[in-house]
Amino acid sequence: MSMLEAAHENEIELEGACEGSLACSTCHVIFMDEELYQKLPEPSDEENDMLDLAFGLTETSRLGCQIIAKPELDGMRLALPPATRNFAVDGHVPKPH
Amino acid sequence: MPLHVCVVGSGPAGFYVAKKLLKRFDFARVDILERLPAPFGLVRSGVAPDHPETKVVINQFSRTAEDERCRFFGNVCLGTDVSLEELRKIYHVVVLAYGAESDHRLGIPGEDLEGVFSARQFVWWYNGHPDGKDLPINLNNVETAVVLGQGNVALDVARILLRSPSELSSTDIAEHAVKALRTSRIRKVYVVGRRGPVQAACTAKELREILGLKGVEIVINEADLQTTDCDLEELQSSRIHKRVFDLFCKSATFTKCAGRDKQLQFVFFRAPVSLLAAEDGIHVRGVHLQKTRLEGNNPRKLVGTGEFEELDCGLVLKSIGYKSLPVPDLPFDHKKGVVPNYFGRVRSSDATNETERGLYVAGWLKRGPTGIIGTNEVCAQEVVTSIEEDVNRAVVSNLKEVPGSVGLESILSEKNKRYITFEGWERLNETEMEKGAVKGKPREKIVGIDEALAIGLAKEKE
Repeated sequence: MSMLEAAHENEIELEGACEGSLACSTCHVIFMDEELYQKLPEPSDEENDMLDLAFGLTETSRLGCQIIAKPELDGMRLALPPATRNFAVDGHVPKPH
Repeated sequence: MPLHVCVVGSGPAGFYVAKKLLKRFDFARVDILERLPAPFGLVRSGVAPDHPETKVVINQFSRTAEDERCRFFGNVCLGTDVSLEELRKIYHVVVLAYGAESDHRLGIPGEDLEGVFSARQFVWWYNGHPDGKDLPINLNNVETAVVLGQGNVALDVARILLRSPSELSSTDIAEHAVKALRTSRIRKVYVVGRRGPVQAACTAKELREILGLKGVEIVINEADLQTTDCDLEELQSSRIHKRVFDLFCKSATFTKCAGRDKQLQFVFFRAPVSLLAAEDGIHVRGVHLQKTRLEGNNPRKLVGTGEFEELDCGLVLKSIGYKSLPVPDLPFDHKKGVVPNYFGRVRSSDATNETERGLYVAGWLKRGPTGIIGTNEVCAQEVVTSIEEDVNRAVVSNLKEVPGSVGLESILSEKNKRYITFEGWERLNETEMEKGAVKGKPREKIVGIDEALAIGLAKEKE
């Protein structure tokens, strides 16, 4: 089961606009434990392409739809990116589309 | 007491706002207005036909529309059918999310020659947008096209011109477009940017896709891949640009490939000076470009070098940015092409911090025409938070009685204006899918407004 699916099964509001097809970045999650993050297999090019566009990207960010539950990841803590009060009106850098 | 909300525009901006309002307020009643028969904005008419996974978000937008507190009003146009002033009287909250349906102009000679279009017009044409079907485009006697701009829309239009029509024929591309593409003689597409590969606005996924396009040779001038210290600084501070630049570098090694009958050439550091007319004085025959250079640091400035070049072509697609359109009684910043706003609250002018009670903007009308579908989720969060604050502080009060939907229905019926409900759209949707199934396509879009209305407005079967 992916973390996106797990979130939905537990009524956690993790957006999954493209429903797990690597065509968006809305299921972006942040690993709280660097060690567990390092245990993950590297993101594919396709996942990295979507992470490029994720809001609030960090060094331990991944897409929730690509993280599959495994015994080695037991106890992992995932944070959702911060809500957006820092959307500056001035000095806002446009993102490509 | 219900909070009556009207959202104008049914693209991602409008739907994310509606979704979040319905979640935030049990007592919200949200009406979504859309001037076309079909909802979903650029998800339907902007996302390329060969990118179906990007359209999956329609599923959750449909779930929002099916909420009993939400009503879709298709075929209703702000300005023509109902004024902003009227909406503000009958709803507690009005959120304008009608996007950007116009274009930035180059402002150069020859811009209005035949064979010169904005990328938006071309995208509307191949995506079956009702306003795009009569585009006077002729691909039969054109061998070379020039796309101005290097963002993702530029790559989309280049890719649709170069992808084999047989691959496109199993997508939801409009029938008139795939027919024209089957007899297209275009074999070469230039994608031209004023700056270098370090500054290109496209993103990795789209670039990776077009560089790997079957049957297409990629041409990049290796000299353009040289970087200055300023470039390296820019690359270091931007993950997106670094990965895009790396892709350009890798692809430069693929330039000579046998068995490819089409060419895609990335041209950097060239700014368009004029579009050149053929002997008939009517059709475009080429683009006159000035070589450019980036100078200085923080900010870097783009300067002309005084050296010029020409590219021959029979089709020019300008992909230099969309622009929003103003409506009466709406404060508008004509320079930036957006509605001045404070976290989504419409400001009474761009010179004041006073805001218009109960009036908000979301999406491209708020932020300018940038970002992807998901950007609207974040944007909607901000707007809905502003609305919530205003409701809590009684700047907007749902204790004041307003007619909401009932008021809108009354205005429309006085004008004999019929609107398409979401059920009407679902009928239209089914019809499109049935027509598509026969041809091995996910849908065959119904492009004519009259035909769409006939299906969408039909009475329910008993």
